Amino acid sequence: MAGYLVRRIFAALMILLGVSFITFVLLYVLPADPVRQIAGRSATAQTVENIRQQLGLDQPLLVQYGRYLAGLVQGDLGRSYLQRTEVSTLIASRLPASLLLMAGGIVCELLIGLTLGVIAAIYRGRPLDQGLMVTSFVAVSAPQFVVGLLLLYVFAVQLGWFPIGGYGTLAHLVLPAVTLGIMGSGWYSRMMRSSMIEVMRQDYIRTARAKGLTRGRILFRHALPNAILPIIAMIGIDIGIFMGGIVVVESVFGWPGIGQLAWQAIQRVDIPVIMGVTMVSAAFIVLGNLLADIITPFIDPRIKMR
Amino acid sequence: MIMPQQAIAAPLLSVRGLTVSVRDRGVVRPLVSDLSFDLRAGETLAIAGESGSGKSITSLALMGLLPANVAVTGGTLMLDDTDLAQLSEARMRPLRGARIAMIFQEPMTSLNPVQSIDAQLIEAIRAHDPVGRTVAREQAIEALRQVRISEPARRMGQYPHELSGGMRQRVMIAMALALRPALLIADEPTTALDVTVQREVLDLLRDLQARTGTALILITHDMGVVAQTADRVVVMQAGRMVEEGPTTRIFAAPRAAYTRDLLAAVPRLGAGAARGAPPPPEAPVPVARLSRASVHYDVGANLLGRPTHRVHAALGVSFDIRPGETFGLVGESGCGKSTIARALAGLVPHEGLIEIGGRPLSAMSARQRKEIRRDVQMVFQDPMAALDPRMKVGDAVEEPLVIHRIGTPAERRARARDLFRQVGLGDDQMSRYPHEFSGGQRQRICIARALALRPRLIICDESVSALDVSVQARVLALLQELKDGLGMSYLFISHDMAVVENVVDRLAVMYLGQIVEMGTRDQVFGNPQHPYTRRLLEAVPVPDPTRRSRGHLRPTGESPSPLRRIGDPPAPAALIDTGHGHLVAPHSA
Repeated sequence: MAGYLVRRIFAALMILLGVSFITFVLLYVLPADPVRQIAGRSATAQTVENIRQQLGLDQPLLVQYGRYLAGLVQGDLGRSYLQRTEVSTLIASRLPASLLLMAGGIVCELLIGLTLGVIAAIYRGRPLDQGLMVTSFVAVSAPQFVVGLLLLYVFAVQLGWFPIGGYGTLAHLVLPAVTLGIMGSGWYSRMMRSSMIEVMRQDYIRTARAKGLTRGRILFRHALPNAILPIIAMIGIDIGIFMGGIVVVESVFGWPGIGQLAWQAIQRVDIPVIMGVTMVSAAFIVLGNLLADIITPFIDPRIKMR
Repeated sequence: MIMPQQAIAAPLLSVRGLTVSVRDRGVVRPLVSDLSFDLRAGETLAIAGESGSGKSITSLALMGLLPANVAVTGGTLMLDDTDLAQLSEARMRPLRGARIAMIFQEPMTSLNPVQSIDAQLIEAIRAHDPVGRTVAREQAIEALRQVRISEPARRMGQYPHELSGGMRQRVMIAMALALRPALLIADEPTTALDVTVQREVLDLLRDLQARTGTALILITHDMGVVAQTADRVVVMQAGRMVEEGPTTRIFAAPRAAYTRDLLAAVPRLGAGAARGAPPPPEAPVPVARLSRASVHYDVGANLLGRPTHRVHAALGVSFDIRPGETFGLVGESGCGKSTIARALAGLVPHEGLIEIGGRPLSAMSARQRKEIRRDVQMVFQDPMAALDPRMKVGDAVEEPLVIHRIGTPAERRARARDLFRQVGLGDDQMSRYPHEFSGGQRQRICIARALALRPRLIICDESVSALDVSVQARVLALLQELKDGLGMSYLFISHDMAVVENVVDRLAVMYLGQIVEMGTRDQVFGNPQHPYTRRLLEAVPVPDPTRRSRGHLRPTGESPSPLRRIGDPPAPAALIDTGHGHLVAPHSA
């Protein structure tokens, strides 16, 4: 177990190193010039050059990257070009909101997705199943900004059940979390359905029936734990997809998280902030996958960590 | 109080005119027609038949576990005074596990992989008996003790994957018998098990039945198992009962033609000796030669990701295959016989020396290895899995010629046509797909494909094990006929001692990756020296109810494992010649 963790954490650090390098290079070759953004349109060539030197942007790529890495290992993500604040401070102030939204999104997608998947599997081939699968297809295909606006219009504007935007109470969380979770719930209901159908065909389910167990017990004690195994690994991967969704959902609902921060930073070529948000997101994705792998052996005794 | 005589004699189970049908795209087709039999308490009834005979469907009908599109469409299933066919699911469920229990063919997949043994046993007890968890736990441990599992208390905390196939089947039996059901249905309970384990499980079933008075329905295709276990037999074919009667009578004087054919097709130990032909002489260059060949797999990982353990799948294996010879490789699952086959075909890396036609495999380039595959072809166990379901069988047989760029398309077609005729199929069947053929026909197609390149050696890895006995006999005859006509050699790998005895010239017995005995058929079968060889031979169920053998029951633990720490390899045993090339590994007994 200890050896497994050490190796996995080492691998995780390598992945983060790779992500940092690729993102850095991409931002370097970007045609947009961050210095122009900072100096403004009326600045003289001299001012522009001064700023460039001041930020070290006149140095070769590898030198810049080396400096960034040196800061990174000390926990220094650099300073925002435009907001004159430490990037780590910016992210720290925004992160809790995003984590809350993400947690809400995961709960929504699992709750909706797994429940509907199980129901569809039980009613396999019947109208209820077919209806649910069409719905899930719509959920997967609908763009998040459309879903978000639709939910806003119906539940906030027309019905007035939830606030239109902002952050603070549980009521504020509901609509953004549902918007974020709805796409994933479509995927999960389909996966859960096929996983359940596969498991219900297994010999040990026949054994459970031969024992004279009730339908409910067969479903919840024998089928479900086996059917959920392949889903767990998906949740880890999902966090990556969520990071993309968060940028959209936070903009639609005015949610003060790192998605909004990233959106603003991209528009203004605020490279340290873009790098910082990317690194933090990558860290969460890697961590999510690691967690999924650590949880699996507790449910599936056949898998040993090594 | 007077016990009425009829009550004792009244059958526990009385099946009358049972008809089970499947509804397939609106068409109703019977799977079992008009089946009738009786079963008394404490009695063992075997329902014997080949695939498609409806024997498993009958057992599922009794359990009320028929698939959704299959239903009982006629007849009665009286268990005491209850007609099982008329019961609703809600009234059937309390009977399952309590009054009628069932064990299945596949012990490897019949237990829930994510639940511990105790959870599954206790659940079975508490589903019908409202006892507390502690009491149920004690009952569960007692049930494990009854099936003679070693250290039952410790086993309770284990998971199915930690147990061997035989142990899992014992757990299944413990689960089935925990509540002392009146009727136990065992559907091919030992088919997936090794022969020595099969023997132990059958003895155990017999012993438990004698003590509990449970009636047993044994569903099997194996006439040896029938002869050794059953009081009475129902022989089924294509959904109908062909014959019914006491086991001794059925074996001594079968009335139906089908029963006679079935019994005639059963391979019997001792029948091979009658063939009497000596093995082909040694040639200057053997078709294949192994000298101290070993194959190992590394498993586990330490802090640096290096493996910690090594599976010695084959260790120091030496033998040669002569031109025109059938060389047998026998042993139980995991003994390394298939590993040797794969190494010979160049599919896994090996240590030591493997020569094909006098040329060492390890010295060959990738191209030469591809060339050598023309000389060594394989026929596998599962003919369905070995054929591409989306490729016409004619194309499948032609494919080896295409891969090795032999001939023009017209020549290849002509060769494939010849091959189809050689294996007893019509060339008009070449444009069909694998699913349109029966298991035996598919195996013939696989043989035709293996023959396409005119190989010098064909490796038959359990090639007839998945086939019904009557089909098996015909495929074996075909293999013999082809060898006589074409003069190639076979490496015949099987777990079935009776089949091996009927086809091989010489053989090697493998145990835990090593050869423990090797010699001609007459040497090994006529005068087995190693205790393991003897155990294998004794365990083979004899298809003769007058020669019933009873083994003694002993508790079983884990079997020894070929898994060792790295740096601690097992010692390869040097074989000793006990005379005329009969080689035996040193042993204590």
